[in-house]
Amino acid sequence: MSDHATPLAQARSDGYVTVAEDAPRDMIQLKGDLSDPGLADAVERIAHAAMPGPLGLSTSDSAWIAWMAPDELLISLARGQGADALSSLSRAMGDRHHLALDVSDMRAAIRLEGAAVREILAKVAPIDAVTLPVNTVRRTRVAQVPAALWLSGPRTAHVICFRSVGRYVFDLLSLSARRGGEIGAF
Amino acid sequence: MPHRLSRPGRRIDPARALHFTFDGAPHRGFAGDTLASALLGAGRILMGRSFKYHRPRGPVTAGQDEPNALVGLGQGGRFEPNQRATATPLFEGLTAISQNRWPSLEHDVGSVNARLSRFLPAGFYYKTFLWPASFWKKVYEPVIRASAGLGRPPEGPDADRYEHLHTHCDLAIVGGGIAGLAAALEAGRAGRRVLLMEQDTIWGGRTVTDGAIDGTTIDGLDPAAWVARAVDDLSAMDSVTLRSGLMGAGVYDHGYLTAHERVADDRPGADAPRHRLWKIRAGHIVTATGGLERPLAFAGNDLPGVMLASAVRDYVCDYAVTPGRRVVIVTTNDDAYRTALALLDAGVEVPAVIDARSQVTGALPTRVRDRGVEIVTGSGLRAEGTGRVERVLVCDVTGDGTPTRRIACDAVAMSGGWSPVPHLWSHCGGKLTWNDERGFFAPDPDRPPVGADGTGMVSAIGTAAGHMDAAACLGQADTPVTQPVERLPRPTWIMPERAGPALRSKMFLDYQNDVKVSDIQLAAQEGFVSVEHAKRYTTLGMATDQGKLSNINGLAVLSDAVGRPIPDVGTTTFRPPYVPISMGSIAGEARGEIFQPLRRTPLHDWHEANGATWEPVGHWRRPYCYTRDGEDIRAAVSREIRNVRENVGLLDASTLGKIVVKGPDAGRFMDLLYTNMMSTLAVGRCRYGLMCSENGFLMDDGVVARLSEDTFLCHTTTGGADRIHAHMEEWLQTEWWDLKVHTANVTEQWAQIAVVGPRARDVLDRLGGMDLSRDAMPFMTWSDGTLADLPVRVFRISFSGELSYEVAVPANLGRALWDRLLEAGADMGVMPYGTEALHVLRAEKGFIMIGDETDGTVIPQDLGLHWAISKKKDDFIGKRGQQRSHMTDPDRWKLVGLETLDGGVLPDGAYAALDDRNANGQRKTEGRVTSTYYSPTLKRGIAMGLILNGPDRMGETVTFPGTDGKVHTARIVDPVFYDKQGARQDV
Amino acid sequence: MLILDCPYCGVRCDETELTPGGEAHLTRHGPGSDDADFERYLFQRRNPRGVHLERWRHAYGCGKWFHAARHTVTMQVFGTYPAQTTEPPADIVERIRASDPDWTFGDDT
Repeated sequence: MSDHATPLAQARSDGYVTVAEDAPRDMIQLKGDLSDPGLADAVERIAHAAMPGPLGLSTSDSAWIAWMAPDELLISLARGQGADALSSLSRAMGDRHHLALDVSDMRAAIRLEGAAVREILAKVAPIDAVTLPVNTVRRTRVAQVPAALWLSGPRTAHVICFRSVGRYVFDLLSLSARRGGEIGAF
Repeated sequence: MPHRLSRPGRRIDPARALHFTFDGAPHRGFAGDTLASALLGAGRILMGRSFKYHRPRGPVTAGQDEPNALVGLGQGGRFEPNQRATATPLFEGLTAISQNRWPSLEHDVGSVNARLSRFLPAGFYYKTFLWPASFWKKVYEPVIRASAGLGRPPEGPDADRYEHLHTHCDLAIVGGGIAGLAAALEAGRAGRRVLLMEQDTIWGGRTVTDGAIDGTTIDGLDPAAWVARAVDDLSAMDSVTLRSGLMGAGVYDHGYLTAHERVADDRPGADAPRHRLWKIRAGHIVTATGGLERPLAFAGNDLPGVMLASAVRDYVCDYAVTPGRRVVIVTTNDDAYRTALALLDAGVEVPAVIDARSQVTGALPTRVRDRGVEIVTGSGLRAEGTGRVERVLVCDVTGDGTPTRRIACDAVAMSGGWSPVPHLWSHCGGKLTWNDERGFFAPDPDRPPVGADGTGMVSAIGTAAGHMDAAACLGQADTPVTQPVERLPRPTWIMPERAGPALRSKMFLDYQNDVKVSDIQLAAQEGFVSVEHAKRYTTLGMATDQGKLSNINGLAVLSDAVGRPIPDVGTTTFRPPYVPISMGSIAGEARGEIFQPLRRTPLHDWHEANGATWEPVGHWRRPYCYTRDGEDIRAAVSREIRNVRENVGLLDASTLGKIVVKGPDAGRFMDLLYTNMMSTLAVGRCRYGLMCSENGFLMDDGVVARLSEDTFLCHTTTGGADRIHAHMEEWLQTEWWDLKVHTANVTEQWAQIAVVGPRARDVLDRLGGMDLSRDAMPFMTWSDGTLADLPVRVFRISFSGELSYEVAVPANLGRALWDRLLEAGADMGVMPYGTEALHVLRAEKGFIMIGDETDGTVIPQDLGLHWAISKKKDDFIGKRGQQRSHMTDPDRWKLVGLETLDGGVLPDGAYAALDDRNANGQRKTEGRVTSTYYSPTLKRGIAMGLILNGPDRMGETVTFPGTDGKVHTARIVDPVFYDKQGARQDV
Repeated sequence: MLILDCPYCGVRCDETELTPGGEAHLTRHGPGSDDADFERYLFQRRNPRGVHLERWRHAYGCGKWFHAARHTVTMQVFGTYPAQTTEPPADIVERIRASDPDWTFGDDT
């Protein structure tokens, strides 16, 4: 057994939308002045993706950068790349006032697959899931806990939440995606 | 008698028979029937008994406004009381039972109340059961509860699941009649995002049924064809969502609308959500909710067989059932003549139409007259019969009720005119105006409820806006409409208008609650002249139909009784939901395992598999203790404590808050946050710190580690992590936004394991990778490194007084570290301990616990923590608060240890009582117990408490009366019970 | 159930995504302040029937505190603005005055 456990032990549930734990990834939380070109440069260099605009999520082959707040990014990298990326980032940021932390283990990541992914999001979050553009990050409330969610394509949604409530969110999404609950209004 | 007609019904499919039971008796209906139409079809009109007098009642309506035909549906975990038979679609296997009767619906003992009705007037309960007060609980309440009430509550947990749906639109239209459809077409064509909902299962509202009777055409089509075309057109529009079976329930601020969908009521046991609550955010809301027909207040108007005229023709045309063979119609308006036409078309006898108007010349009455039906003008009536209507006595509508003739019949169709449904318009503050000509309140378009942008957020259209003809409802000047023109109604609130007391006490306004004209008049006479007071005194409009039928008639009677015009009397407040909705739909998914979020640590599964008894700490679950075979909880806690003192214990401390504070101004900020001086903390070292609110009260504590010159790691209590992080951000963002500081709550990044006890170092040494010796890593320091090849951060801190290391490891490696510690320490007696052992261990050392020693009114000075309050700092949060006179009062209760004289355990929360009494005769107090435990280490009870001038009273005894009558005596002692020198933790 | 636009991230927030923070633009009175000022700062809050400047945190979103100018009776929202200021911005004051010409910032009545 690997020393690395994932929050949901690769849980998966097949309803009219599939709900499954996403593959584990490394994550870096960066707080700083997002308008600083030096910061953007440092971030783009480690993620090989463009600096996202407000609420945006930009991707490269192996990484994504999510805009989380006016002074905060979440950078996701392939498993194992986080530590090196964090040190390069810290070097590149130099004396700039910032906070960069390895938060790879802090969250549970859940993937939704199916034609009705927007409908499932709409059951649990007070957002306009119909007009949510692809690769736009919505930090919101999923039932009773905070979470961030976005669509990476028309049939794929991602929900990340704190690790401790991963099971709660998984159970909630699985129940919402259970067959018999199809709405078909969107 | 009611029976099924041999003609088609618009909604039913006679080829599909459905079987159901009512009070155990099997019946048959058709697909498309409601329970009420099926019962009528089966010859049954008695469907319930009233709330107060247990009077026999049949359905008055054919829809959601039904006050009488309430039944219990389903069985076991799917039983639901108070369901309207008139709005319950029939399905195969439906089981229904009648309510509010014993032993049976036909023979009800409680109906004796009806004969006593003149002794049970408005306010009877208030007047009678007031005195003596001691009788209330033992005598009055049980009797009232046994005899009153609607259906019985379901037994056992709800067997179904429920869910919510959040949806957004530009325009939400409530009501799928012709007005709603026309509005949706217009908005849809303009490309707006529209949600059109209809509570019924079919579209078109009243116009389809009524138009087929009177020959209405819209755009050259009969209404059914026009509706079908509209629905087709709307279905083809991408931006329009059409949803039938969805009831607009409530309108709230800023375009928030809730709607209730019955998803699987007709499929009990199906694997589907039973109901779904829609939470809609609309740019604008249109209420096209139509109207409700008003009953007429004549004596005997509650007899089974007396129905609204519109309900009668709905039953005839839509369900092919008739409530009787000879139906008298009584009306104040032209609309009821449609019922006469429908009955005549169906071959049902209509002996006469009794019309309150003296001139009846409209197109519809003319058609009825032409078919040979007598119209008795300027008249009213009363109904009589035993158990159901058998005859009517006609009288002058302006007179005192002296009968002019008698007509035998077995049903009466009544119409007091129509009122708009203003509920959704009014929920959020929309105002109404009185239409005197037609006798109704309608939405005042100049005073709508206001949305976020300051403009009206709700518009009423169609009949809901007061329009009573199809052309006005459509609101489209270019669409040709043909429809018989109706003459004005004659609002008639009491029939006859000069009826004496005998008649008035048989005129029911609120059927379900048995509120009569005489009750409202009595309330007014007794001074309840405000409509809201009269409502509560008489219970008018408080039934499950929430006054849908009774409202206007009740107001009019009250208005007459108090001698003020109706608009001055006003309406009672309209509150959501429009029709009762299930509690399950409000709860949504939040039940069972996901009733609330349950926070699990990375070691949760191990705890669960190893005998953990759980303790909820906020939303976290923490092991209280781990019981082994043959142990009870107390034995397990004692074992865990002894093992920490003697060997080594492991505690899952992952829930402790961990917040990083970084930036050039981090030191300054930390000095403002904590009462201590944190900026002087050396890198690599730890310091225990206190945080207060601006009030000065202690709100959290924990160990701060300085990670680097500009970075601190703040540990908080388990419950404090989110709260303290929010507290920090609030001050940074809203007060000290010039400080260059970032914070991050990294609580969940780490699993944290406390390794505690004399052999803690031995166990960790065995994992290898770090020098944890006293010299290399003194008390109150931290260090990064690896243990057993796992990356860790080790803090040498102690909350137990023992040699102790807290080891933080990335959360996903938490289990690996835990397993290795258990393995490495197996021969040293390593075992996990839970929160109760943690509490006792800290109490033995006199360490305070936030939430035990603090309760939001305690300042650090009360707890002897002066040493942790910097005197050098100009400012910190709470400093000014602690300078207030009450905080510096020398006579505050202060922390001490308490030792019972007999070695027993003090009751938790007990107060130290004095012999003196206060002005209320209560004993004065001089302190209270804040923490109390049995200490297995000391083999006696130990406690901490806040005692008046406590620290100056060492050795004195205080007494604590327990709730069990026993008085405990305890000696005031030092709160540190164990290892006062602190030698054990610094080895 | 309010909707308020977060001036930081631009999200149109449902009230359930926010936490309320009471009256905005309080002046902190710390050590050295007299009892009357401290009492006012700590306890005395406006609760107007009318225009109110209030604090909200986009707690389930970007985490930022912002201020909202809202009419407590009609629920009209005149605007939201970042919390790092000691007075409402001019454009919001203008919108408030369009609805209530007599309104002035800091007026206790």
